[in-house]
Amino acid sequence: MEANKKSIITAADFVRIADKEKKKEDIVRPGMSYWANVLRKMVTNKIAVICFIYTMIIIGFAILAPILSPYNYDTTALTEGNLSPNSTHWFGTDTVGRDLWTRVWVGARVSLLIGLFGSIVPEIVGILVGGIAGYFGGWVDMVIMRIIDVGICIPSLVYVTMLMLFMGAGPVTIILALALTGWMGSARSVRGRIMQFKNREFVLASRALGGSPFRLIFKDILPNIMGQIVVGITSGIPQAIFMEAYLSFIGMGVQSPMTSWGQLSQTGVNVFRIYPYQLYIPSIIISLTILVFYIFGNCLRDALDPKLGN
Amino acid sequence: MRKYILRRLIISVITIWLIATASFFLVHALPGNPITVNSGKILSEETRERLTTYYGLDKPLWEQYLTYLKNLLHGDFGYSYKYPGQSVNGIIAKTFPISAQLGLQAYLLSIPLGFLFGIIAARKRGKAADYVLVAFSALGVSVPVFILAALLQMVFAVKLKWFPVSLWKSFYHTILPTITLALGSIAGRTRSMRTLMLEIINEDYIKTAKAKGLSNFKIVWSHQIRNAIIPMIPMMGLELVGMLMGSFVVEQIFAIPGIGSYFVTSIQSLDYTMVLGLTVFFGIFVVTANFVVDIIYGLVDPRIRVTK
Repeated sequence: MEANKKSIITAADFVRIADKEKKKEDIVRPGMSYWANVLRKMVTNKIAVICFIYTMIIIGFAILAPILSPYNYDTTALTEGNLSPNSTHWFGTDTVGRDLWTRVWVGARVSLLIGLFGSIVPEIVGILVGGIAGYFGGWVDMVIMRIIDVGICIPSLVYVTMLMLFMGAGPVTIILALALTGWMGSARSVRGRIMQFKNREFVLASRALGGSPFRLIFKDILPNIMGQIVVGITSGIPQAIFMEAYLSFIGMGVQSPMTSWGQLSQTGVNVFRIYPYQLYIPSIIISLTILVFYIFGNCLRDALDPKLGN
Repeated sequence: MRKYILRRLIISVITIWLIATASFFLVHALPGNPITVNSGKILSEETRERLTTYYGLDKPLWEQYLTYLKNLLHGDFGYSYKYPGQSVNGIIAKTFPISAQLGLQAYLLSIPLGFLFGIIAARKRGKAADYVLVAFSALGVSVPVFILAALLQMVFAVKLKWFPVSLWKSFYHTILPTITLALGSIAGRTRSMRTLMLEIINEDYIKTAKAKGLSNFKIVWSHQIRNAIIPMIPMMGLELVGMLMGSFVVEQIFAIPGIGSYFVTSIQSLDYTMVLGLTVFFGIFVVTANFVVDIIYGLVDPRIRVTK
């Protein structure tokens, strides 16, 4: 029998699998991380790209236009008041002769910064507080959630009024007011998600290896709820811009000579029966920007949803 | 259920107490009192003393605080520092009914229209009517209300002269502000109604209804629409509260003497006690309304009292 023969396995017994054979098992599509996939979905979405370009243009103008403009946003020229848009004053001038082109873009800086910080600051506070409440649970969670229960019942106008009386009206007051009212909602939702994740295996493993609570919350759990946070921030931006416009309109926001889109529209409303362009220009820009942020936020929400298409 | 009501009640009372306390101490921390506010006028020693006793400023702070809380429990919201003799209650009694009427009208207009538009958009999905309504709701959500108010006033009152430009005299005067206030809410409701209707189309019970051979009308009316409205109910109560308090902006632009426009005037004239008194009233109104709404939903939907 063959088995009885003294046989030594030599290298010749092994046959190299043809490269062709091997290729069958190659991964054809390159591996894609979650975020690379999100980026790809956004880039291929025409509407999202248009919204992104619009935002870039607005930001570009906000940065460059006031620098390049020969006029100052707060220099008055009473002899040149209420000029309609023309070749020297592209958006015309206001009642005291300030160049509206410059003012609109200086206002854009204020409005966009309020939009950005008014949505990021409450989100960060919410993540910190919600993370702590959700991770530690017990009485810490109880105390924080009761505070939120009460705080969320207080109408936002109450916060804004009190802050305004205390600190005076201005962009920082608006951002603080937005932070004071906004953190509670995001803390609630972050807490819920942290509680879902904190008993999962990968968190347990990290804890077994001696991970600190800080590491567990921010390095292990947080990346998993990043999508939700990004959506929260994007949808917060138009809300913050809206709030700024509203507050400036009722006289609790940005004060002249500093300006913002809300403040410009407010001035526009006062004179628009005689000089309608002073209202039309800022209002078109505000409305368009808010609309674009809403649409962009919706696109981002779809892109971040792993269940929707690949 | 009793535990749930009790818990909501305690939270509401604490909230109201917090608002009242914070506003009391804020007014006292702010620089200025009735005497310095009126410093432009020459006050005799006697007037000065009378003002101090009138506002109770000669008593220690804790005593003032207790008096304030006691007055609040009796429904007394405080007095203007700027115009001695004017009380927050007097202003509320004068201005709130006007705001409430405007708000109620806008609310009654927005409910049927919002639902109707949402249903039409969902039924005509992908057709011209849908695109028009979707564009309308996108615009309604993204155009700030003061711009809308100014534009409507310009077109329908100044140019076309169909309606009076401003003031609050007859029902005729109320039409334009009502439409302005209602539009945003109609747009929002159209949007959510459309989304909910389209989500429900794929539900199994709609397929079952179709398989049973129900008529199209019956499917839409008794299955699709009814189920789409349910998730929208909780928001509707709060929306009514918001509208009843009056839109500050709409009142301001149409020169309506409501509580909102008075609030803005008080801010502009730096009448601190009036601003805070009105804010406390606003806060208490919203908190109480939230409490009532919560209880009603707790009664209607047992799931809410369990999850909260």
